[in-house]
Amino acid sequence: MTTDVAAGPSHVLTPVVVVAERGKLRSFAAATGQTDPIYSDIDAARAAGHPDLPIPPTFYFSLELVRPDPFDWIAALGKDLNRVLHGEQSFEFHAMAYANEPLTLTSRIVDVESKRGGALELITKRTEVTRGSAPIATGTSVIVVRNGALV
Amino acid sequence: MTRQDIYAGLELEPLVIDRISRATLALFAGASNDHNPIHIDLDVARDAGLEDVFVHGMLSMAYLARYLTDWVPQGQIRSMSTRFAAITPVGAQPTCQGRVVAVDGRTATVDLDVTLPDGTTTLSGAAVVELDRQKEHE
Repeated sequence: MTTDVAAGPSHVLTPVVVVAERGKLRSFAAATGQTDPIYSDIDAARAAGHPDLPIPPTFYFSLELVRPDPFDWIAALGKDLNRVLHGEQSFEFHAMAYANEPLTLTSRIVDVESKRGGALELITKRTEVTRGSAPIATGTSVIVVRNGALV
Repeated sequence: MTRQDIYAGLELEPLVIDRISRATLALFAGASNDHNPIHIDLDVARDAGLEDVFVHGMLSMAYLARYLTDWVPQGQIRSMSTRFAAITPVGAQPTCQGRVVAVDGRTATVDLDVTLPDGTTTLSGAAVVELDRQKEHE
């Protein structure tokens, strides 16, 4: 199945408001081997001048997954989750954000590109993270869909 | 570390990551909200034609972020980008490496990669960090 390119770039996911909970950030630090205490100990974070536990750089991607069905947009594009790979990921950081701050994530599909005669499709999703009107981060994901035989 | 200590060609001290176990993948799935079963459920991986589960690309990217925040305070990281070049098998022991490739006024660009002991590059990317607020110690 190939993606309807006309439907792709216009596809905007419903914005969501999320918070990074302290407990989740502690679990993330533990799972990633992060031993810097500012990421797990509120006193250490405050001593370093932070109002709460900082949201670490790549956790913004995790915030994109705080949805009842975080991969629904892949299904909405007619894709099988078992045939997609994360091809590229980038972040621009505009300001730090912290545990328990309500953040708004607005994602849209910005590009769908067919490669190798349709055997591969590259879907680019961009997510703006804001706190009120303040820009916090911009995340860009390129998802690779394997339409042909599995590697 | 002072600004004068950062120059194009500077190699950062590599960061060797502990072996990535199945338990690590389960913990990361929960902590990162990425519950895609292909990383944690062997049956699903096999149904998809794979021999085994494999490591979340975002776990390797999180290691690179950790590598950066070990070097500069997080607020100085302006951007980071990676390409997921190869799958990381469960049981792998990756190494993060970085090299300053440009210093331009108040920022430095660092090439980053994650490699496996067999030489495979699993992630390659770059980051831009601010130098201006660099701490005058270390």
